[in-house]
Amino acid sequence: MTLLITVFAAVICTVIWYKTAPKNEMRVGILCWMFWGASLMWLIDAIVEYTEVGAEFFTPSTADMINDSYLGLSVVALALVIWLVILLVSDPKGVIRAALTKKK
Amino acid sequence: MACFLIPAAEAVITTIAAKGIKAKEEKQIENVNLSAEETGESKIHFSRKLGWLNKLLWGGSALLAFEHIWHGEIVPYFPFLTAVKEGETAAMLSEMGSSGVMMAALVTTVWIGMLGISYIVEKRPSKAPDAAAEIQK
Repeated sequence: MTLLITVFAAVICTVIWYKTAPKNEMRVGILCWMFWGASLMWLIDAIVEYTEVGAEFFTPSTADMINDSYLGLSVVALALVIWLVILLVSDPKGVIRAALTKKK
Repeated sequence: MACFLIPAAEAVITTIAAKGIKAKEEKQIENVNLSAEETGESKIHFSRKLGWLNKLLWGGSALLAFEHIWHGEIVPYFPFLTAVKEGETAAMLSEMGSSGVMMAALVTTVWIGMLGISYIVEKRPSKAPDAAAEIQK
């Protein structure tokens, strides 16, 4: 489930990135790299697990599925927080700078 | 256990390499005194391409590190890795040598594929003017 959630996140981010390219003011590309990188690495984990347990890999218990989904959503949340911090620090649209230097 | 350390180690190496290559490329541009625009080239510098690999490796390693914290395989105190603390260092190293190396190899293979695609795209004439003309119609 973690792999599946991350792949979905990667695909959604890539579609958003493609739609907004070449402007990319929101720096969605950062999310694409993170999610695709993690997806590739978890794919190896999945393959290794499949070689160990066989077809059982595709029939996880409900508890395992819930735990993995929870982890997957937490990973997406962490990636979004990392992206947000990078976005606000780099401030490509100058919004933070404008807000801070705005005279009352 | 600690498989993400191999891609993270690769990320450190490629980041240092990218910085060195970027400095070299900037020096070359200064020496020739011609920018890519002046020469009419739309070539992507290798340091930028290496940056793609860096981002894949760093991003993936960061999220996998979180997963390892989630499963209690990384702890915030020495020796930081539960496997080392519990005397399973050999099993951990074995996993790093198998899963970790495979992860790094797969990410690098995908990046090589991206290099191939970018090479084809760079060789192909740009479609941008056509698209702009299409919009104006």
